[in-house]
Amino acid sequence: MKMPLGWAKEFADITCTPQEFADRMTMSGSKVECWESEADQIDNVVVGKILEIVPHPDSDHMVICQVEVGQEEPVQIVTGAGNLKVGDLVPAALHKSRLPGGKEIRKGKLRGVVSNGMLCSLSELGLTKHDFPNAVEDGILVLDEEWAPGTPAVTALGMDDVTVEFEITPNRPDCLAVRGLGREAAATFGVPFKDHTPEVKPGHGDVNTMLKVDIENTELCYRYCGAVVENVRVKPSPKWMRQRLRNCGVRPINNLVDITNYVMLEYGQPMHCFDYKYVNGAHIHVRNAKDGEHIVTLDGVDRALSPEMLVIADDNGPIGVAGVMGGEYSGTYDSTTTVVFESAMFNGPSVRTTAKKLGLRTESSGKYEKGLDPNTCHKALARALELVQLLDAGDVVNGIIDIYPARRESRCILLRPDMVNKLLGTELSREEMVNILLPLGFTMDGDYVVCPTDRWDMERDCDIAEEVARFVGYNKMPSTVMRGVAEARPTPRQTFDEKMTHTLAGYGLWECETFSFYSPKCYDQINLPADSELRNAVVISNPLGEDTSIMRTTALPSLLDVVARNYSARAAECAVFEQATEYLPSALAHEVADNDFNNYSALCEKLAAEGKTPSDLLPQEKQKLILAAYGAKWDYLAMKGVVEKLLATAGIKNITVVRNAEGTTYHPGRAADLYVEETKIGTVGELHPTVCANYGIKTRVIAADLDLDAMFDLRAVETLFQPLPKHPATSRDLALVADTSVPAADMVACIKKGAGKILESVTLFDIYTGDKIGEGKKSLAYNLVFRASDRTLTDEEVDTAVQKILKNLAAIDVVLRS
Amino acid sequence: MKEALESIRRTADELIAQAADEKAVDELRVRFLGKKGELTAILKQMGKLSAEERPVVGALANEVREDIDTHIRSRMKELAEAALTARLAAEEIDVTLPGSEPVQGGLHPFHLVLNDLKEIFLGMGFDVVSGPEVELDHYNFEMLNMPKSHPARDTQDTFYITENLLLRTQTSPMQIRTMEKDKAPIRIIAPGRVYRSDAVDATHSPLFHQVEGLVVDKGITFSDLKGTLEVFIQKLYGPDTKVRFRPHHFPYTEPSAEMDMSCFKCGGKGCPLCKGEGWIEILGCGMVHPKVLENCGIDPEVYSGYAFGVGLERITMMRYGIDDMRLLYENDLRFLKQFN
Repeated sequence: MKMPLGWAKEFADITCTPQEFADRMTMSGSKVECWESEADQIDNVVVGKILEIVPHPDSDHMVICQVEVGQEEPVQIVTGAGNLKVGDLVPAALHKSRLPGGKEIRKGKLRGVVSNGMLCSLSELGLTKHDFPNAVEDGILVLDEEWAPGTPAVTALGMDDVTVEFEITPNRPDCLAVRGLGREAAATFGVPFKDHTPEVKPGHGDVNTMLKVDIENTELCYRYCGAVVENVRVKPSPKWMRQRLRNCGVRPINNLVDITNYVMLEYGQPMHCFDYKYVNGAHIHVRNAKDGEHIVTLDGVDRALSPEMLVIADDNGPIGVAGVMGGEYSGTYDSTTTVVFESAMFNGPSVRTTAKKLGLRTESSGKYEKGLDPNTCHKALARALELVQLLDAGDVVNGIIDIYPARRESRCILLRPDMVNKLLGTELSREEMVNILLPLGFTMDGDYVVCPTDRWDMERDCDIAEEVARFVGYNKMPSTVMRGVAEARPTPRQTFDEKMTHTLAGYGLWECETFSFYSPKCYDQINLPADSELRNAVVISNPLGEDTSIMRTTALPSLLDVVARNYSARAAECAVFEQATEYLPSALAHEVADNDFNNYSALCEKLAAEGKTPSDLLPQEKQKLILAAYGAKWDYLAMKGVVEKLLATAGIKNITVVRNAEGTTYHPGRAADLYVEETKIGTVGELHPTVCANYGIKTRVIAADLDLDAMFDLRAVETLFQPLPKHPATSRDLALVADTSVPAADMVACIKKGAGKILESVTLFDIYTGDKIGEGKKSLAYNLVFRASDRTLTDEEVDTAVQKILKNLAAIDVVLRS
Repeated sequence: MKEALESIRRTADELIAQAADEKAVDELRVRFLGKKGELTAILKQMGKLSAEERPVVGALANEVREDIDTHIRSRMKELAEAALTARLAAEEIDVTLPGSEPVQGGLHPFHLVLNDLKEIFLGMGFDVVSGPEVELDHYNFEMLNMPKSHPARDTQDTFYITENLLLRTQTSPMQIRTMEKDKAPIRIIAPGRVYRSDAVDATHSPLFHQVEGLVVDKGITFSDLKGTLEVFIQKLYGPDTKVRFRPHHFPYTEPSAEMDMSCFKCGGKGCPLCKGEGWIEILGCGMVHPKVLENCGIDPEVYSGYAFGVGLERITMMRYGIDDMRLLYENDLRFLKQFN
């Protein structure tokens, strides 16, 4: 909301600097975004009077002017414009002057003749013909008012007002108007609020003989005020009005349109002015649109209407969409002689829905949506008629049609000073509170605060507390430390997640944060099978674009994007991870229809019968740890080592490693799934070369995908101390030869099974393949450590265990290397 | 025999002094003092001596033995010291060579800042809770005093899944979920991801993080809200940081406020970062609206509460001086490695 300070001064005597005004208004609740003056852009430009014009000796289009600029001697300025005559008053930019856009003017020579500045056109001053309709567009701006030469041009042009821009919060539609902000300003600065009561002089005739209005839907239209003006005299509005409109960012059009905009800015009441002759039957119906009705709106678009939309119709059909936009014939034209002024109040949510559905948000709909005061309609219309008379824009027909079925009465709130103090932590007296409320337009009726009807945000104690607080000053109120003892600590899950992420960072991986949504194409990029259930994702119905259109069901593509980005940034090595959320759709979501939500408590009851709540419609949000890496240090075993160590840190034991040969996302020969009993904890593997290629990565990438939720469930809750060994260990090395296809895990299983309890550890220390053992064979050398906790093992015991081990191994065709 | 002993002493002294290393000295010890050594050999002949001579020679032999032993020890010590000095000299390295890199990874700046924040609030008795990002309209809006037609919904451009399911636009639904579940008293923060349909640029992202705070108890005041948030900001940004509260509006708090902190770059003098104001907007807050309490079955006549919401991006960017939000989500290692 832009507000010229000069306009606000009509409502409150403000004398401070713009900076102080901005600061104090912000602190009392009307946040000032910025303030500026057109005059700041213009410097050393004054009103000049043309004393003499002679042709330039060396140019057939330039002239040399002697210009009186309020100095002792006239200055000589050369110009190329042809619209000047002696005696004209023009804006003259003198030597060392500045114009909008940062343009600087200095004296110089034009074809050998000295020019001490420049005479300015509209555009050079940042103006248009809308602002000065009488000026020529391609010549020098000639002022149509008398000003003493030397007067600053910004004063003569009315450009010296300061415009303050406010951020108005949705609860304060009354401040979308100069009057409302004026009231706030008056209260902020402790000066009287000078409200204005419009006075319409008697006109002619009777509006009731010319126009009839019916509100057919009083739920959606609370009030409709109409007036008629005959013999309209369409012309530009006066400079002061054009100036204020321009400062508010509204383009001046003509006196009738300008009046409607001016009143809207002043009172916040949208107003409409349209040609009387296009109202068929001189009868306005405010009603719902009928099935199949269409309207061509002012912007020339043919729009289909639906029955929940409210329209302004004449006897033939819709002539406007209520509160949104008028129909194509609802403007004023050269042929217009009689106009109707409409000042009405529509239901905000209805206007909002209609505007949204039509894709047509307008200044007017934006205001209605926020909820305006129907009590303003009449006053605003009277103000418009007052301006019609002031501007001599036409002849006002006596009377205002005012259909107002249900008057909005003032809200009364019981003033409970103790409750206000309790909420704020203050000790203010009732009198102090009342003294804050009265200047804001509130009145007292006994113990009740009577609220102005344009303060519909006021409902209860807390609203009063806010009014009191903002005028006491938020920063003048005490700051206290909360009483009472509260104990807080991280949950076991939070501690666990923290431990896992810190551990991974300690292993040399860098934590990432990636978006939770991506494109469905990501599934193709990781070669996810067409029938994979992971392709069933939560879909955003109004995404920014395809790239952010579905909630991820696997976070692997997110991390591969990170890897690819670092690869293309030529990082020699990259090891990253994310504690990522994956979103798996709820099956229940399909069983509940949108309409079921219209009665939320019924829906809750219905679901409760199945032991469910509406939150069960939400997708499952799974926590994963996704790891990805490339570089000299990283291969399958390096990543598997990280994962094994991480699981050990979590205290997860008895992990089974099963080859994952599905081979679409991962390399079919270099990937494994990890299980604890039946629970899958995750997958670790080298990515399939085609996946790497899809991401433009020309090196091997290793990844792991771990189920953090499952890990938490399987974690060791407590760690128990193991006594240090008291008896010596016996060590044996076994070099075992097997077919290359025999998994090492199977061999270790045989070793563990054969050795029984006395096996303390089994460690692989060498792998050999080659001529000495023949093709298709491998040799794995293990170091076995045997120990008993209660005695020193004898050689015989250990030998027996080794024999058992070898027997077990023989069963899977593994033999001792000879 | 006396002469023989004296001769051994002389020879031993000479040889010990000449011995080049500890091994040579040890050999001399064996040669002169060992069981089969020269001194022992002489002592074995003691029986041949007369009774008068025996004690005299015996005493001399002991003296010689001790002398040799002393010489050997001191020579050993000398040699050991010399060897150590030589070794230290030989082992000199260029201590200015770069150190070997340990394996290092690290946490994302969000994680680091969030941990600081959690620590501050845990210290003030706030538990940390989390909840769904795909949320019911009911929790994200309705229960927070924003019915379907509420104009404030326009300020939060929402991603919808269906008419009633959406990506939460704020962490505030966690206020409702916590109040429904725990009733009063409550002291929580709820960090998490939130979503609004803003295109990506240096200061906007369709996904960002908030930390919600909620306190509900008997006798909670606006002054408590101010006091708590002042402590929070001063712990996060240092004791000299000033804050101010400005009136604002949120549908789910009343009174509502925005909190600014003095610009960390210019200290409040005004600079391009704070747009010349000297203040930077840091969070929104207010007293929980009685309608919201009532919606959750908490009696506003008995209980009151406050709530606040902080943008983690903003806090993180200000902490490290990051000028482009996109960097936080690009995960370029050159960026990530700057914070750990």
